[in-house]
Amino acid sequence: MKTLKNLSAQQQPRGFRLGKAWAGLTTTLAVLGLLTAAQPSHADALDTIAKTGVVKIGVFEDYPPFGSMGTDMKPVGYDIDMAKLIGQALNAKVELVQVTGDNRMAYLADHKTDMLLSVGETPERDKVIDFSAPYAPYYLAVFGPRALPVKNEADLSGKTIAVARGTLEDLSVSKIAPASAVIKRFDDPNGAISAFLSGQAQLMVVGNDVGATIMARHPAIEPEQKFSLFSSPDHVGLNKNEARLKQKVDEAIAQAKKDGSLNKISQKWLLVPLPATL
Amino acid sequence: MSYTFDFSDLGVYTEVLVHGLVVTLGLTAASTAAGAVLGIVGAALASAGPRWVRGLIATYVELIRNTPFIVQLFFVFFGLPSLGVRLDEMQAALLAMTVNLTAYAIEIVRAGIDSVSRGQSQAASALGLTRTQAFLHVVLPQALATVFPALLSQVLIVMLGSAVVSQISVPDLTYAANFIQSRNFRSFESYIMITAIYLILAIILRRLMNVCGRSLFSGRRR
Repeated sequence: MKTLKNLSAQQQPRGFRLGKAWAGLTTTLAVLGLLTAAQPSHADALDTIAKTGVVKIGVFEDYPPFGSMGTDMKPVGYDIDMAKLIGQALNAKVELVQVTGDNRMAYLADHKTDMLLSVGETPERDKVIDFSAPYAPYYLAVFGPRALPVKNEADLSGKTIAVARGTLEDLSVSKIAPASAVIKRFDDPNGAISAFLSGQAQLMVVGNDVGATIMARHPAIEPEQKFSLFSSPDHVGLNKNEARLKQKVDEAIAQAKKDGSLNKISQKWLLVPLPATL
Repeated sequence: MSYTFDFSDLGVYTEVLVHGLVVTLGLTAASTAAGAVLGIVGAALASAGPRWVRGLIATYVELIRNTPFIVQLFFVFFGLPSLGVRLDEMQAALLAMTVNLTAYAIEIVRAGIDSVSRGQSQAASALGLTRTQAFLHVVLPQALATVFPALLSQVLIVMLGSAVVSQISVPDLTYAANFIQSRNFRSFESYIMITAIYLILAIILRRLMNVCGRSLFSGRRR
């Protein structure tokens, strides 16, 4: 619009310029006004997806195993497979939009994405967006070598447990561990993981995402998940007032849970079956 | 620039702080004792031992003095288990601190031995003392008297440097402060508290060791 206006101004004789520019401005305003007015009756996201045949899904690309860059520089992970699944259900082509923790809510609000993956439900977020049914487990868990029998918090007695100091991991395990458990606190998660992997601590507490990445890389010491501490499953985040799209997504999730395809994704990326409670 | 101090939360963590203090003092005392003895032995060998022993000691001193302490600590704690040597965090901290102090002590004591004029040991052997007797009763006391202040400084550096052992989860003073501020979020208060404790510890330790030094080496200092 701007370029057009400039062009016409250059081509017109001097006397006409102001009038033309004024007319251009008025037109712009009128169009803008129309657009604004059209917003409420604007077709909902599901119609737009159906019309364009494209669904824009916001995913992390630096958050393995949910979303990360594969060796062929294509994004891979739990969320990428989930996005494909949603695309199939909506009968639309998936356009992955790389988001960060900071910008993704704005991307959703600005309709740069139709939905976001890996969204944990919090009361604050509840006020601004809608959540689908949970589609992926996210929880903190105690990890330990296969040979060490630990089933619940009482079994932590007398064991050494590595955590990153001051994190949710630290607070959750400190709350439940018996007094005889030795909690070794490190400056950051890497310290805790190193201590566990080098055998300096018998157990560690990390998120299932980190746990899965470690299990995938160190099959030799056979770490496995012992029991989970704190759960906050991942949902698909959607704009409010998109009931039809939300329903479609919920149906897709329910279907994927029923036919076992979601369980397959969980096995593939998190190396554990989909929890029955999800 | 207005900050309201709130030390009221620290009370419940007294036990953590006291435990941290004990650990810091214990590690310092043990590594000082071991480091001083090994340093003297090392220095004696470095100035009078066979050629290959001198080479070995020189390599050790250079290796330790030219690498960061925290890296040495991580090597012992995270690295050695891969070779099958598993030391818990206390043993690893004690080993790393002793190894570190020994390297510096060897250099310091060796400099002291060098500063004792050859006439002293020559006079001792003229009086019929064996080489070992001459070293123990004539050279070493004079050497230690000369380098005592430098040695004392090194011990304090090791004590203050021991703050990094909190990185491998040794519950020392710094660990206590880190722990407290991760729980009550009063980081300024926590760190100001241990800063004061370290400062007081260092001052007391310096005074105490100076008194010891004066009585041990009275009349020997030139």
